Amino acid sequence: MANRDKDDLILLAHGDGGLLTHQLLQVYFLRYFNNELLAQMTDAAVFQVEAGQMAISTDSFVVNPIFFPGGDIGKLAVCGTVNDLAVSGAQPLYLTASFIIEEGFSLGSMEKIVASIAQTCREADVRIIAGDTKVVGRGQTDKVFITTTGVGYLLPGVNLGYQRLEPGDKVLVNGCLGNHGLSILLQRESLGLESQVVSDCAPLNGMIKKILSRFPGVKFMRDLTRGGLATNAKEIALSARVDFWLNETALPVEEGVRGITNLLGLDPLYLANEGKFLMVVAAAEADALLKYLQEELSAAESAIIGELRSGEGNVFMKTALGGTRRLDMMAGTPLPRIC
Amino acid sequence: MLSKAQETDAARQALARLLPLAEEAARRLGRRAVLMEVCGTHTMAIARSGIKSLLAGSLDLRSGPGCPVCVTEQRDIDKIIAMAGQPGVVIATFGDMLRVPGTKTSLEVERARGARVEIFYSPMEAVEFAARHPQKEVVFLGVGFETTTPALALSIAAAKSRGLTNYSVFSVHKLVPPVMRALLSDPDLNIDGLLLPGHVCTITGRKAFDFVSAEYRAPAVVAGFEPVDILEAIYALLKQITAGQARTLNGYARLVREEGNRKAKEIMAEIFEPTGAAWRGFGEIAQSGLTIRKSYADYDAAVRFPVEVPEALPPKGCACGEVLKGKITADKCKLFGRVCTPSSPVGPCMVSLEGACAAYYQYERHEV
Ligand code: SF4
Repeated sequence: MANRDKDDLILLAHGDGGLLTHQLLQVYFLRYFNNELLAQMTDAAVFQVEAGQMAISTDSFVVNPIFFPGGDIGKLAVCGTVNDLAVSGAQPLYLTASFIIEEGFSLGSMEKIVASIAQTCREADVRIIAGDTKVVGRGQTDKVFITTTGVGYLLPGVNLGYQRLEPGDKVLVNGCLGNHGLSILLQRESLGLESQVVSDCAPLNGMIKKILSRFPGVKFMRDLTRGGLATNAKEIALSARVDFWLNETALPVEEGVRGITNLLGLDPLYLANEGKFLMVVAAAEADALLKYLQEELSAAESAIIGELRSGEGNVFMKTALGGTRRLDMMAGTPLPRIC
Repeated sequence: MLSKAQETDAARQALARLLPLAEEAARRLGRRAVLMEVCGTHTMAIARSGIKSLLAGSLDLRSGPGCPVCVTEQRDIDKIIAMAGQPGVVIATFGDMLRVPGTKTSLEVERARGARVEIFYSPMEAVEFAARHPQKEVVFLGVGFETTTPALALSIAAAKSRGLTNYSVFSVHKLVPPVMRALLSDPDLNIDGLLLPGHVCTITGRKAFDFVSAEYRAPAVVAGFEPVDILEAIYALLKQITAGQARTLNGYARLVREEGNRKAKEIMAEIFEPTGAAWRGFGEIAQSGLTIRKSYADYDAAVRFPVEVPEALPPKGCACGEVLKGKITADKCKLFGRVCTPSSPVGPCMVSLEGACAAYYQYERHEV
């Protein structure tokens, strides 16, 4: 029994470059990430590029818990980096993945995470072409941390940037807000709430590529991760020197999320999302874009949530009652690690 | 439960009925009627829903001592921070306490220096944590009103029945009725009506607040937390004001009973007893705090980890005391928005999401 247990665990020796490291590579990474660039097992992956501009982005993932409704740290590690590239107008091609694993972590969980990464890469049509694994002593990390770096090429003809924003532009989101942050919170804290809140974690590059090829009026995008809609809108407003005017009644929030956040005194506008973007689009294209999102891209909960007006970098919200409320950046809300 | 759209319709209707009444009250009084809410959740809801901005022209809405973090004395905060420095101690707390500045430092800073601070949403979870970590001493920060006290009492009962010896509570719990008496006895106070805290009243019952109208002649209404609940309660207050009446009404009968929650009161009384307590802004108020009974001294962190800290003055220039009494609004504090912001708070009222200064900063700065 003791021996069986030992076989199920990551040991420090899995990271020492010897036999166990080799096994880990063969049995997990090469098998699941299977592609010819990775299989070359050279010190660096070499690949051909087309002419044009490239984009690169990197992110580390330390979410706790590592498995949650709607995803896990592996899926998140792919979506996070893929989405950062996608909202910059790039088509992601390749990822690298680097793992820092805690001694004693279960190999079964490791396999689930690696399988989930492979699955998400297929959905996002990207490949893992280089990677690294380190094992550290118990307590020196928390189960597993993952860093992914992604490269891609800028979609031709796409022009996104703060400088294009102007009063009158419309603001869209592609679905309900706050699910990821809340689902993590509910996992972390045993609140005794039976909940069906599922993380929205998903790669967005497919959807975004289709939109950009049809709607030249899209001027800016941002994925609404840490800080949620409110913090991200505020950052954009400040950088672009415009005001956002949002309508509370237009904001898509699931009933369940609304109920639980009310109960806990949280605001869904400050909760992280992992499959949602904010898009600023020329007013003339807004309705067509909304229709396209809802009908062709099955993002039924997409909504036009407000517009830009000239201003100094504020985010205002018209409340359902007709009052006005001002949104600011999140100031150190003590939420657990969410990404 | 009403759908969001139905709720909004109901709230809009309540608002339409309320506005003429607010103007009538203002005519009678020769100024805007001053209403106070005594619950941090109301503070948040009023600011968030835009009620405050909508009524600003005809009503003066103020926040009272309704945020438990905000009314905690500087010295108690210093004690908590000192306790976090004891070997083996893990401080367990609701999130809000983390960033409250003590005289020299905060739990957040001490955590970065190596103190162990864990955030829990329920004390039962901290009991589980204590069971899993027998070599640690888990000290739960009992900061709260009648609403959270029963959960802390239950956690002590659970720790006892499980035979845990490494779980204790540092009780700076406070009671709402005594501070309301202190508030209402202030001769300088000018409050025309009170929104009573719905959550607290689910425990205490409506009757526990009869004294507000019976002894102090102030109209009072127990209020729920949806915008429509709050607007209905304000409406009921304005009706009393314009009719020259003073009664303590129940506007949250969905959840609040006359006598409150008997079970919760029993478990509270089993474990805690009333004692004098110091409130930020108010000073010492007799029988306004809850201490752990001698028979449960093993679960009393104040007994198990006695810490001495010097007298502490509130941060210089911080007007939290005046804000908590409803005498000034947050923006009248000289430090507000310049020196004191949510990311570098001077006083606790700027830290807690429910604090009057934080709500004002977040939602009302530069009225539009
Ligand atoms: S603004 Fe800051 S310093 Fe002033 S009363 Fe509020 S918390 Fe205290």
